[in-house]
Amino acid sequence: MQPKELLGIADELRIWILDMLAQAKSGHPGGSLSAIDIVTALFFHEMRGIGTNQLEPVRDHFVLSKGHAVPALYAALCKKGFIPFEELKTLRQTGSRLQGHPDRVRLPIVEASTGSLGQGLSVAQGMAMALKQDGKSSRVFCLVGDGEIQEGQIWEAAMSAPKFQLSNLCVILDNNKGQIDGPVSQVMPIEPIGDKWKAFGWHVLEIDGHDMTQILKAFEEARNLEKNGSKTPVFILAHTVKGKGVSFMEGNIGWHGVAPKPEEAEKAKQEIMKNALAREGKNNG
Amino acid sequence: MAKSTRQAFGEALARLGQEFPEIVTLDADLSKSTKSELFAKKFPNRFYEMGIAEANMIGTAAGLSFMGKLPFLCSFGCFITGRYDTIRLSVAYAQANVRIVGTHAGVGIGDDGHSQMGLEDITLMRALPTMGVFQPMDATETEHIMDYLVKEWKGPAYLRLTRQNLPDLYPKNLPFQPTKLMQISGPAKGSPPARIAIIGTGAGTAEAVQAAEILRKRGIEIAVWNAHCLKPYDEKTTLEIGKQAQLVLTVEDHTVIGGLGSCVAEAFATQAQHAKLIRLGVQDTFGESGDPAELYDKFGISAKSIADRILREL
Repeated sequence: MQPKELLGIADELRIWILDMLAQAKSGHPGGSLSAIDIVTALFFHEMRGIGTNQLEPVRDHFVLSKGHAVPALYAALCKKGFIPFEELKTLRQTGSRLQGHPDRVRLPIVEASTGSLGQGLSVAQGMAMALKQDGKSSRVFCLVGDGEIQEGQIWEAAMSAPKFQLSNLCVILDNNKGQIDGPVSQVMPIEPIGDKWKAFGWHVLEIDGHDMTQILKAFEEARNLEKNGSKTPVFILAHTVKGKGVSFMEGNIGWHGVAPKPEEAEKAKQEIMKNALAREGKNNG
Repeated sequence: MAKSTRQAFGEALARLGQEFPEIVTLDADLSKSTKSELFAKKFPNRFYEMGIAEANMIGTAAGLSFMGKLPFLCSFGCFITGRYDTIRLSVAYAQANVRIVGTHAGVGIGDDGHSQMGLEDITLMRALPTMGVFQPMDATETEHIMDYLVKEWKGPAYLRLTRQNLPDLYPKNLPFQPTKLMQISGPAKGSPPARIAIIGTGAGTAEAVQAAEILRKRGIEIAVWNAHCLKPYDEKTTLEIGKQAQLVLTVEDHTVIGGLGSCVAEAFATQAQHAKLIRLGVQDTFGESGDPAELYDKFGISAKSIADRILREL
């Protein structure tokens, strides 16, 4: 799929995310909107065989380690046809399959139960190890947050994945630079991020996480590295903006874990649609 | 022949690894101590050395299980259950089909002291929905539990094992009844039922059996039972024991808060009337270094201290 088409899908999913959160009256818009371009690229371009039997030979896998961004995942799964559109309204409601954080038991299309930060990368690593052991060509993608890498378990996994030569593992860091208590740089500095992962033995790529062309190119490069015999896992440092696509949310840490009110969601949706139409016009003209 | 349950576990794992290619094993730099090395030597390609990083090992095992593997992940009980949040979410909530193996149970490890002793691991694991919690009393029972955990159990389970050797107690040729309490000794058939019963688990059962022998010589009959499964716990048999006996004791090398003592207390609490219950084990204190036999005396779970405790009740 072309970058332009993917951006169109991402904008549609942005609108669904805002609707979901407004309906639920709680949730995390900032990190869902910063991640949605990457999630869209994965689900509508890069990943193969999503939703087929987990034991199929070619079926790529996705672990959302930053579980609070799950509205982004639900939106993508809905667009893919795995969640009925009407069900999106049930996010965070009693009895819903759409739990506030990913739950692989209630909703088996979700591959790991996450939400306590720092755990998903280890799970993704285990999946990649099993696939290697079975000689399968499937790949595993894991999306982590920048605040999340303050967790010690992340660095345990950062240390072990290169040991096991997991070239089929690709980590994407949604580097939106904000966390609940403030800017990541103030709460607990994590820079230099790329150098740290390089030092741990990863192949590091650095991109603009909202530039679809760059996102697709990075995934392609990761894929080609493995094809060409690389034995190292890949770390994509994606610079993103919290709340991307909604000007009054962008870069505002206040929107980390606060749902928009209906009128705010409406305003946000108008802006996203306006920008999407402008982009269409620009590209057509 | 006396054998540690960790040794019996390692042998069983290596045996089952032959028949079940989906078994993989992970260890966090303690494979010589947990005996997972017996599997590692036989199946090097299905053994993952994870280094001193237990949380990552737990999450990795969950991921392996999601791809159809049956992972055994091994460390000392205190270290592995100490990474509780990862077990809680990545394993239990996710219903990962993994077997968590915690060795070096209780004060029975002796010299190394509190920091290496699994003393709250049963409590922690019992609190997690669907987590099976198993603890064998000897080598044969370890074999049976391992067969059960590989061939029948689905979902997460915790297996608690000893560093020290334990005497053979499992009756020859007796079929294994998973999750059920089993009577080890007691009054001969036809004689009146014992008024005192002891329920042991793990290393505690051997001490209970010896305590009963000491008291039998004094003409006091005691029924001794073994609990190899702390969750799902056999409340039905426990209540039957509580009906027959006036005094019930539990013996465990573990804190009595949340361990076997709690299992029995919770069962008894469902009844308006039940036997008096004495919970022997680590009584809300820390472990310490020392000779294992001396520590069992000090913590009140040696055969002699159990017998003395019963005599004080009479």
